[in-house]
Amino acid sequence: MNSLRRRLFLILLVATGAIWLCAAAWTTLSSRSELERVLDTRLQEAARMVHSLVADGNVTAAAQAPAFSDTGYERQLSCQIWSLGGKLVARSSGAPDSALSGPDEGFSQREVNGEDWRVYTILDTDKGVRVMVGDRSGLRDRLVRDLVAGLLGPLVLVVPLLGLLIWVSLGRGLRPLETVATDIAQRDGEDMRAVSPADAPIEVRPLLEALNGLFRKVEAARLHEREVTAFAAHELRTPLAGLKTQAQIALSAPDGATREGALRQILVSVDRTARLVRQLLALAKLEADPPQAPEWVDAGALLREIAQQSPPPAGVTVLIDADLDGLTRPGGREALHLVLRNLHENAVEHMGGTGLIRWRRTPDGLCVEDEGPGIPQEELPRVMERFYRGRHRSASGSGLGLTIASLAAARAGARLRLENRTDRSGLRADLAWS
Amino acid sequence: MRILVVEDDPVLLNGLKVGLGLSGATVDEVSTCADARAALASSRFDAVVLDLMLPDGSGLELLAALRARDDATPVLLLTALDDTGDRVRGLDAGADDYLGKPFDLDELAARVRAIARRGHGRAGPTLKAGGLELDPATLSATLDGHAVTLSRREFAVLSALMERPGIIRSKAEIEERLYGWQEEVESNTVEVHIHNLRSKVGRGVIETVRGLGYRLPGPQ
Repeated sequence: MNSLRRRLFLILLVATGAIWLCAAAWTTLSSRSELERVLDTRLQEAARMVHSLVADGNVTAAAQAPAFSDTGYERQLSCQIWSLGGKLVARSSGAPDSALSGPDEGFSQREVNGEDWRVYTILDTDKGVRVMVGDRSGLRDRLVRDLVAGLLGPLVLVVPLLGLLIWVSLGRGLRPLETVATDIAQRDGEDMRAVSPADAPIEVRPLLEALNGLFRKVEAARLHEREVTAFAAHELRTPLAGLKTQAQIALSAPDGATREGALRQILVSVDRTARLVRQLLALAKLEADPPQAPEWVDAGALLREIAQQSPPPAGVTVLIDADLDGLTRPGGREALHLVLRNLHENAVEHMGGTGLIRWRRTPDGLCVEDEGPGIPQEELPRVMERFYRGRHRSASGSGLGLTIASLAAARAGARLRLENRTDRSGLRADLAWS
Repeated sequence: MRILVVEDDPVLLNGLKVGLGLSGATVDEVSTCADARAALASSRFDAVVLDLMLPDGSGLELLAALRARDDATPVLLLTALDDTGDRVRGLDAGADDYLGKPFDLDELAARVRAIARRGHGRAGPTLKAGGLELDPATLSATLDGHAVTLSRREFAVLSALMERPGIIRSKAEIEERLYGWQEEVESNTVEVHIHNLRSKVGRGVIETVRGLGYRLPGPQ
């Protein structure tokens, strides 16, 4: 599990441990050098003391030095007095028989009987003696070890306590995060209020702000959906009201002509409502379906097929330029079919029964020009909104055709642009692939 | 009873015109706010049936403008948005009644009759004058308790006169009640209807005021 608390805990523990190890190493080294210095000074002093006690080469050593128990730090020092002639004049108890050092004065290091010795030698040619005082290196090491262990031991005991402290502190430090999480977890699906970032720590604020941004987006999407549903309800209820009214008229009509008129109106309304439902389904499918894999489609052939399927009324001519044949465009047959069919139907609906609809090739794709009334300039930005029907609405329009066309165009990787014709009244719909 | 219907759906508009016509009303139909404004400025209506969502604006704006210039024409709102908030907004903007789509034609006709009646300052469902009684709901008439058969137009002429007994109604006023704009008015129809009415309900019931019009004798 990826826990922030555990992660922080481990990082803190490792960092603390590393610092401690460095401190221990430093303590060991500095203690050792200090100890060496003190012990060397002691060797020197002891050698000088013994030297000052010796009058000349004829020192009589005690026959038997008093025995000490060889434990702990006792019997650290050993002393030898040699005549210049190389004869061991005297030695302290426990000191080895063989010489602890060479003939030179000063400090030296030597192995005697398998042990390392640190020795200070004083050479006195007047008295004819050589005084050597030494101690075992092994003993020095033990001293350093004991000293360092004494320093570090308690710290090792404190480690678990420190770990516990870090763990608890982390828990307290991360509590604001938990508070936010609980606050959000307790919400129901409807609650899109922003989480107040004011009392949250600054580290958590970017997260909360991102979360609030998401809430805003979700809320906007939901509002949009609700709006669309309300619009759809309106657009469906109005034809239903028309159907019901006409049906009631047909039932209560006093004469055959009225009844027939009402029945005809019912037919018209059923056709229009069927188209509206088809458009709503197409829109829902467009919004819900995942994008299709790009597929190269012959736009010209598709266009001829559409014009054949929904032929224009007698007065309207649909002209498809010859160079559109073989104009292949990427973007899925279904999406392209939706765009072209809706543009075709839109053009036919607004022609008022006569005129020419012309499909032409453009450098970026294709366009269609009709001879209808066009779209009032101020309505142009809104005509692609769902259910928006401007002033020049057609009787059978659902207010969805251009919405579907623009959504499907986006699906097909193209951009749909509408503009009024400048050469005459009419609309030009431009479909461009970038 | 002359009614203005403002609705942009052609099938529903046709249904309202025919349906309300069958219930004895003369209906004028428009499908935009602009046309409705023009109609309301030029003619008097007994009631308005107003859709909320219109292509060039909202029915609520039209209603607010109507009330702002102190026009008390009764208005029934028609809408597909049947949220309580919408109803409250509509009624508070000055509507007299509210009906959600889809609705029952008979109910709509009854509600329109009711707000029109209130608009004329009447509470009772029937029109009474002398021994005559008209019931706009059933388009039936009785004279001293006996049923009289009247055509739709005769009924409309008689009810126009009975709404305000003693007040003279000009021929033009009566024609306005009989015909919508789209209908061709024949020059002597009102006279024909008056003649037929007199033969059905009695000579002395409708007085002719020379050069001005017709009236029913007022309450003495």
